[in-house]
Amino acid sequence: MNVRIRFAKYSSMKFIGHLDVMRYFQKAVRRSGINIAYSQGYHPHQIMSFAAPLGVGITSDTEFMDLELKESYPAKKLVECLNEAMTEGFSITGCRYLPDPENGRKRETAMSLITCADYLVSLKDGYPFLPKDELYPRFAEFAAQEQIPVTKEVKKSNSEKELDLKSFFYASGSSMDTFRAAYPVTADYYEAAGAGLDRYISGTPTFADCYENGTTLVMRLSAGSANNIKPELVLEAFCAYLGVEYNPFAWQIHRFGMYTGENPKLMTLI
Amino acid sequence: MENNKSFHRTLALSDEILLSIDKPARYIGGEVNMVVKNPREMDIRFCMCFPDVYEVGMSHLGIQILYDMFNQRPDTYCERVYSPWPDMDAVLREKNIPLFALESQEPLKNFDFLGITLQYEMCYTNILQILDLAKIPLHATDRTEEDPIVIGGGPCAYNPEPIAEFFDFFYLGEGETVYNEILDKYKEHKACGKSRREFLEIVADIEGMYVPQFYDVAYHEDGTLKSFTPNNAHAKKKIRKQVEMNLSDTFYPKKPLVPYIRAIQDRVVLEIQRGCIRGCRFCQAGMLYRPIRERDVSYLKETAREMLRSTGHEEISLSSLSSSDYSCLKELVYFLIDEFQGEGVNISLPSLRIDAFALDVMNKVQDITKSSLTFAPEAGSQRMRNVINKGLTQEDILNGAMQAFVGGWNKVKLYFMLGLPGEQEEDIRGIAELSNEIAKAYYTIPKSERNGKVQITTSTSFFVPKPFTPFQWVRMDTAEEFMEKRKVLSAAIKEQLNAKSIKYNWHDTDVTMLEGVFARGDRRCAALLEGAYKDGCRFDSWSEYFRKDIWDRQFEKTGLSMEFYTSRERDKDELFPWDFIDVGVTKSFLYREYEKSKQAVVTPNCRKGCAGCGAKQFHGGVCYEPRNEAGESLHTQVLIPDC
Repeated sequence: MNVRIRFAKYSSMKFIGHLDVMRYFQKAVRRSGINIAYSQGYHPHQIMSFAAPLGVGITSDTEFMDLELKESYPAKKLVECLNEAMTEGFSITGCRYLPDPENGRKRETAMSLITCADYLVSLKDGYPFLPKDELYPRFAEFAAQEQIPVTKEVKKSNSEKELDLKSFFYASGSSMDTFRAAYPVTADYYEAAGAGLDRYISGTPTFADCYENGTTLVMRLSAGSANNIKPELVLEAFCAYLGVEYNPFAWQIHRFGMYTGENPKLMTLI
Repeated sequence: MENNKSFHRTLALSDEILLSIDKPARYIGGEVNMVVKNPREMDIRFCMCFPDVYEVGMSHLGIQILYDMFNQRPDTYCERVYSPWPDMDAVLREKNIPLFALESQEPLKNFDFLGITLQYEMCYTNILQILDLAKIPLHATDRTEEDPIVIGGGPCAYNPEPIAEFFDFFYLGEGETVYNEILDKYKEHKACGKSRREFLEIVADIEGMYVPQFYDVAYHEDGTLKSFTPNNAHAKKKIRKQVEMNLSDTFYPKKPLVPYIRAIQDRVVLEIQRGCIRGCRFCQAGMLYRPIRERDVSYLKETAREMLRSTGHEEISLSSLSSSDYSCLKELVYFLIDEFQGEGVNISLPSLRIDAFALDVMNKVQDITKSSLTFAPEAGSQRMRNVINKGLTQEDILNGAMQAFVGGWNKVKLYFMLGLPGEQEEDIRGIAELSNEIAKAYYTIPKSERNGKVQITTSTSFFVPKPFTPFQWVRMDTAEEFMEKRKVLSAAIKEQLNAKSIKYNWHDTDVTMLEGVFARGDRRCAALLEGAYKDGCRFDSWSEYFRKDIWDRQFEKTGLSMEFYTSRERDKDELFPWDFIDVGVTKSFLYREYEKSKQAVVTPNCRKGCAGCGAKQFHGGVCYEPRNEAGESLHTQVLIPDC
């Protein structure tokens, strides 16, 4: 059976890159003693897949990985079990058993489903920027432009392409709370199919770092395999719009939501 | 953790620094199984150091053993530090950030002890880097009550003289025995507020401890050592190494640290025994760690289970100098396979002699189309293998290779040394010929049963004579001689019928020559080291950072001669800088072995007969195994080929 795990990555673990996070979870699952399924062959590996890799330096409340298990555990127990194998900076915050795919169809992984992500951007202390009260109005102004042209690096061909952010920049806000109130996502992707399947969500608050200056922004961006927009790209464009230099070290980015569906009809994945 | 309330762990480095340097995980700690304590509630703060980059240092078993042992004490917090990579070194200097320990992220200067493990000579400049970045005076005699006590240990501590002046004391031997006594005494000492010097006197009274500043050295006019004399009543004339005789009832880390980034050893390491019965004459470890002592097989099974569970590693590796000599190897290996292979645990068996059992195991644990077999004949001709007492015949090697080829393998790695004592051109050519013979053996298999072409990789390193080996007297080749021999071998390989199947790799000579200097160096070598460090040398074992020009300059500056330390045959009775250490194995035994090597006469291994090396004084291990009338050990299951 397949289960989706939600986890947070925060504090000093933001310095651990995606490949190492995958190795970390392979070992963590072994430590937890959970009976996970392995692939066949001389070098069997755990059947485990991650959604939307998080860049180094970024923290998150909502990372997903899908596991195939050989044994079923009550959802809450599974979360507790995995949490015992975690180090400071990783926390399992929920899980949900996934319905089996309909005949002849491939299983949908979190990776393939994700279409959208919410980011909190906090100004780190010691990096002067606009006064707190001025920041969001200017950001809203920036977001409301007819077009938001940016230059995006294309890794594969090692080139750049011109892009209009407008259609991938779904919403903005000044803080996580106000943003959540304004743009709630309540629909659940699995509600119809998997109503009966076991699910557990812990009521953990956010793991985002707080800074004394209290200056924050929020953005909802297109994410996933099709049109993945990095929040850094938006920040850079915003700085260009303001006519100030973009300093990547000045901002702490924190992912706090990942959804599927077509904006604005978004659905949760767990 | 309960006792963590009043101590909040904050990283020593800013986000901006950590996001600007390579592999920030090297500096943030917080790994799986890291011990968390409140430093404010500790009597003793100990920082263990491996003076190389994190991924190398984290792979070292010795530190994990001591880390676990120290942290079992409620009064002690043992933390870790590794050499900052050059990018981080630059940042620490530029921003004037003192070097810190990974656990508490606090400066090393706050610690009571800094324990540095000495695994190879070419990390010596890194020791100075650590001290310097930690803002601890480089010279022990310049340190005050405010500075940590700097301790050295590990294999290179068996000739500590080139680095003696940088250490307060050296722990000679295995850490399990008297470290707790040292820490207890330190605690008493600290409570009565006595001086640093008084503490070092207490240490000097403990067996196995060497306090360099309590000894004076004098030299003859020809540069050789004239005398080595204690100048303090507490300093012993002869210092005996520490040996843990009961390896099944001692400290072993059941919850070793697991790094986030891939370390060199990304696996559980199970040390099955210490010491070696083989007595290869070039091998320092084989002499230093005598007598061989095994760990109990049921203890190992239990330990393996616990460690796999606590780390989540996907691989377990058996560690020892010669695994095939472990008496319950089959039982242990089949247990590991049966018990853990189903859970996707890979089992790796280095230093295994190729026989039917080894091939069966490898068949079970490896994908033969991808893996290669490694042989270490060390020398190309039978005569030379007898000189070095490597109990392996050409027949053994060819039989082993043939069995493997029939089993489906087609990749073989061969390790040899160039520059062994008394080496002739035919011995060098022997390396090429043996490589060719192995390739030839492969092609005796009918084409339909072969697995493509055979690939032989022949590698040579240059021989460096080490203290406490029968070759401690010998002249080492010069760099020019090494290069010449390498050319002879290259050409000889090209002449072979199967030359196309043989790939030849060789090591660099410059680093080897320096290794030769420090291996048998004396106190005067410290000036070389300090000069080289101050002119920018560090990470000398990393070819991209090795600076030959700087090292050459130091020889000029100090007037020391490389040839004096390397390319000089020593007299039988020369007083060596390391002679004050008693490792059990006696100088007279070593000289006997040296004489036998000149006749190319082999000495049987410890289980075949006792050669009277001196290690019997430790009252245990192989020296006391029951024997038959011919003097052979009755240890069961061990198959020892004639040598």
